[in-house]
Amino acid sequence: MSAELTSQDLISRVTGVIAKTQKIPPESVTIGKTFEELKIDSLDGINILFALEGEFDIDIPDDAARQIRTVREMVEGIEKLLAAKAQAARAPE
Amino acid sequence: MMRRVAVTGIGAISAFGETYADLWNGLAAGQSAIRKLTLVPEGALRFPNAAEVPGYDPSRHFEDKEAQLLDRFAQFAAVAAREAVRASGIQFSLELKERTAIVLGASGGGKSTEDEGFHTLYALQQPRVSPLTIARAMGNAGASRVSFEFGITGPVFTISTACSSANHAIGQAFRMVRSGEAEVAIAGGSEAPLSMGFLKAWEAMRVVSPDTCRPFSRDRRGLILGEGAAVLVLEPLDRARARGAAILGEIAGFGMSSDAHHITQPSAQGAARAMRAALADAQLPPGEIGYVNAHGTGTQANDATETEAIRAVFGSHAGRLLASSTKSMHGHALGAAGALEAAATLGALRAGLIPPTANFTCPDPACDLDVVPNTPRAAEIESAISNSFAFGGLNAVVVFRRLS
Repeated sequence: MSAELTSQDLISRVTGVIAKTQKIPPESVTIGKTFEELKIDSLDGINILFALEGEFDIDIPDDAARQIRTVREMVEGIEKLLAAKAQAARAPE
Repeated sequence: MMRRVAVTGIGAISAFGETYADLWNGLAAGQSAIRKLTLVPEGALRFPNAAEVPGYDPSRHFEDKEAQLLDRFAQFAAVAAREAVRASGIQFSLELKERTAIVLGASGGGKSTEDEGFHTLYALQQPRVSPLTIARAMGNAGASRVSFEFGITGPVFTISTACSSANHAIGQAFRMVRSGEAEVAIAGGSEAPLSMGFLKAWEAMRVVSPDTCRPFSRDRRGLILGEGAAVLVLEPLDRARARGAAILGEIAGFGMSSDAHHITQPSAQGAARAMRAALADAQLPPGEIGYVNAHGTGTQANDATETEAIRAVFGSHAGRLLASSTKSMHGHALGAAGALEAAATLGALRAGLIPPTANFTCPDPACDLDVVPNTPRAAEIESAISNSFAFGGLNAVVVFRRLS
């Protein structure tokens, strides 16, 4: 399997997806921002989840997604899903 | 000329079966008709359940040649309209056919027909699609089919306002009969949204529950899609009495509003304005309403916002209102929702029995109404409203009154 993403890589990919989806400058999306500060409403939120699923080839469950309110929570959530995906890929059939 | 408007026929096809009696008996028993979705392959979606018309077979209702021309949503419209017109006992003379209106709600139109065409093009790599695709998929196919069924030559049209379609249609038909523009109206809505391409779009919106629909419950996880149709026959009360028709209830008022706010987020102010407009149209003070058939989709946003709007309109009377969501049982049938709920509300007034909010587990302080949890409730109610609030911020509320 490919090398696991370093945290910094992951952060910049997630913030990049958010910036691209929201049509806002990439430098405005930092790990400390809340969705409210970035003016991300519920419809924007599902659009970002959709883009992130494509970016990382993962499936983000509805219930997990509903709790996310900040960029940091989003990065952490993606990290967990990627770890689970890597685990599943390593597991013997 | 302002005439009172009676309902003299009701027809329905729903997840409970192919008649209005099936729908009402299911609702009155408080049973949910939400089950495993069979129209798409298992495991293809994040949500396994829907309120699907069980074992629907077009050949029980249409000749093969006719069925070929009709998408499932248009077939449902015709099936419900036949039952409603039969129940009304109206015989359409040539003159009456010209004075009768048909107004039906349809949100998506022929989704499975479109899906099949796209599949043929993109997946099967065929260069052409069926020449019947347009005729089957167009949003007015249901209303047009109903006009052929009875030879209706008056005003016939479709209203498409997402989840408010049928309430807008019933309201418009009501006003046409009340004003004398039409002598009789056939009104309601039909929808058949359970097709893969459309279901995938709902999945992506993340508003569909992975298990069931629990309106007003704290642990609600979203709506459950449904399909079907319901159709009402409306005519002036005097005319209905003169011909000795069975009168199933009265439509007393209709109100509508627009949020002008957000494409998917509801607004309590917009919903409240529609309810107030409907009550004013019916010339009823809020205290006269005993039952609200809520929009009650089971999403976090709708149910809390609708509760806030009901509290704003009804004030202290809100504590005495019964407010249930029958979507917990027949699902959210989008462009048919208001029609199925009109049929439910008329049944409740007639029977003196309020259908419950099924699947209810725990109260939510943000939805602190008497939502008639799980168990049907005997209650003699004179007047009721039925709420529909659509994506796009379009709100439509119908007022019903018991008549014997």
